[in-house]
Amino acid sequence: MLIAVDHLTTWRYPAPVRGVVQSHRLRPAQHDGQKIVDWGVTVTDGTPGGSFRDGAGDWVQGWTIRGPLSEIAVRVTGMVETADTAGILRGHRESIPPEAWLRETPATRPDAAIRALAAVAAADPLDLAHALSAAVADAIAWEPGATHAATTAAETMAAGRGVCQDHAQVLIAAARHCGRPARYVAGYMLTATEKAEAAHAWAEIHIPGLGWVGFDPANRCCPDARYVRLGSGRDAQDAAPVRGIARGPGEAALDVAVAVRSVQQ
Amino acid sequence: MAGRQTRNGGRVTAYFNEMYEDGRVRAPYARLEDWMRHMPAGLRSLKQAEAEDLFRRIGITFAVYGEGGDPDRLIPFDMFPRVFTAAEWARLERGIKQRARALNAFLVDIYQRGEIVRAGRIPARLVYQNEAYEKAVAGIRPPKGVYSHIVGIDLVRTGPDEFFVLEDNCRTPSGVSYMLENREIMMRMFPELFQANRIQPVDAYSDLLRRTLASVAPAKCDRDPCIVILTPGHFNSAYYEHSFLADLMGVELVEGQDLFVEGEFVWMRTTQGPKRVDVIYRRIDDAFLDPLCFRPDSVLGVPGLMDVYRSGGVALCSAPGAGVADDKAVYTFVPEMIRFYLGEEPILQNVPTWQCAREADLAYVMDRLPELVVKEVHGSGGYGMLVGPKASAEQIAAFRAKIAADPANYIAQPTLALSTVPTFVAEGVAPRHVDLRPYCLVGERVELVPGGLTRVALTEGSLVVNSSQGGGVKDTWVLAE
Repeated sequence: MLIAVDHLTTWRYPAPVRGVVQSHRLRPAQHDGQKIVDWGVTVTDGTPGGSFRDGAGDWVQGWTIRGPLSEIAVRVTGMVETADTAGILRGHRESIPPEAWLRETPATRPDAAIRALAAVAAADPLDLAHALSAAVADAIAWEPGATHAATTAAETMAAGRGVCQDHAQVLIAAARHCGRPARYVAGYMLTATEKAEAAHAWAEIHIPGLGWVGFDPANRCCPDARYVRLGSGRDAQDAAPVRGIARGPGEAALDVAVAVRSVQQ
Repeated sequence: MAGRQTRNGGRVTAYFNEMYEDGRVRAPYARLEDWMRHMPAGLRSLKQAEAEDLFRRIGITFAVYGEGGDPDRLIPFDMFPRVFTAAEWARLERGIKQRARALNAFLVDIYQRGEIVRAGRIPARLVYQNEAYEKAVAGIRPPKGVYSHIVGIDLVRTGPDEFFVLEDNCRTPSGVSYMLENREIMMRMFPELFQANRIQPVDAYSDLLRRTLASVAPAKCDRDPCIVILTPGHFNSAYYEHSFLADLMGVELVEGQDLFVEGEFVWMRTTQGPKRVDVIYRRIDDAFLDPLCFRPDSVLGVPGLMDVYRSGGVALCSAPGAGVADDKAVYTFVPEMIRFYLGEEPILQNVPTWQCAREADLAYVMDRLPELVVKEVHGSGGYGMLVGPKASAEQIAAFRAKIAADPANYIAQPTLALSTVPTFVAEGVAPRHVDLRPYCLVGERVELVPGGLTRVALTEGSLVVNSSQGGGVKDTWVLAE
């Protein structure tokens, strides 16, 4: 499938700031499930830093924007040729071993409720991962606005509501609790309904013999040709496609517009 | 005075006295004994006061090794030097360099292919689930393949040819300013000693450090590299050392706010405009280096620094993630690293360590608790520790229960008989226990100045050399051939 992405993020500062530094994971890496046809990132008045693929196999690039400025726009446009690999991440070059993805983070620390949810009977790791993903989908109702960017997996469980980020973090916490390496994945998704989010997130769980396999509890499926994978991390914050800091006071107002569409060939 | 006997947990232990052996003065101390015997009675206290005055005037008052305590307290300086022969040092030097090389080879390996883990020589869990493992540097090969550029190796001596490594410090070991200042002050106060004895100088350290840092400039640096020392600021207990080393090397001492990232490089604000920085000797912890990569609330670091580092625009000394190599649980595998990467046998021994996680070890430890030191695997600063020979029966019983409940959380080591060196005390001169921290430099070459920091337990019979518990420092001599 040919997928076109147009992703515009705008930060507006209440007062001019002296400068902004950002670290981007906004360029998809090539693997069997996705081939980059065309991709570009622009930052208004930004100077690009060195670009490299990190140990997780994700493209990272730093940007600096000189001030004074009161607004920045980051625009991602591109086209990716995707294929359905049944959720299996194949042909993705990375050097961090799966064991490193067992470490928990404050946002993915399992509490009693998550441990109870993880107590599913499944001898086979793949069966276990599917069962956990289904259990998370059952336990957390999709409801935008019920949570925020810093909501932890345990808080999500208590609320019983959340968005894709929350589903992914609860699944990661449960999988790691079962001794399975797991990570958070940020990307895009081609959506047919209003419900799903175009700027999307899901989880990957490491399965012996298969490697990394994606699970998307929010949509009760494994990633297929509708998904574009940007980058991964131990939790949502660690995997954030954009991390940035401004030199100056005040919180920026954020505006995000994402359009993901399939292109007729 | 030979081989002082001390009652130790019901057993008598002999300590190696570095000055006297079998009632005779050991050769390296011959001239010092003479000096000590002929020192006029009043001169000693006069000199001691002079030394303290000098230390206070130069402002060297920080606590060594980040032990906490009052940062403005003066660490007692003992004027009686500790002496090694050239031959003794030659062996130590080979052992220290060997260890520093192996530790760096280990770091390069675990952040690339992890051969040592694949070969089953160290458990994956210890490496990849280690708190200090930093996935941000995985797959990145730092210049010259060096992660730890200054390796501080803590040693104790238990016999004429018997040394043990207590721990490795691969991040940013402190205390080297004491090594340099102790020498400086001894030379000022007792120039005659430096004429009577042929003592190898240590003052090349700052040149070697500068050369080491310059040798790891990144590939993108095509000129004489600009080196800076990055300090958390003057409130840090080792700030004196940061500014001292910057002065000696002739490089800028900067704080996070003095640096900024633009484009592919890191820049320093100067009165003449921005200046590109190539090598950063950082004395701040990994977690605070860059809020975009590590702790988002850090104000000590430089936003965007890690992206510049990882794309080869600047060198960080030591590299983030170097701490995996000096972890307490990883320590037991250092001899294995030496065999695995260098194909050599370790020259310096580890302290024998029993892992309570192993059944046989656990049985041994439980059997001999009154004579062992038991530590928590992830404990530090002496917390959660049992010193068998100094513990009461109740304390031992309580610890026995704790170990039984969670054996994997404990390791045990023998109580080491640390060597003694003559030390000025109220009654005159008496033997006191010492340890040693040399500072090995790793860049294009592996270098070591002949000397280190000797810490001394000033309390009689004490084996604790920490400055927070009454420890002092001494000048450390290595004699020429």
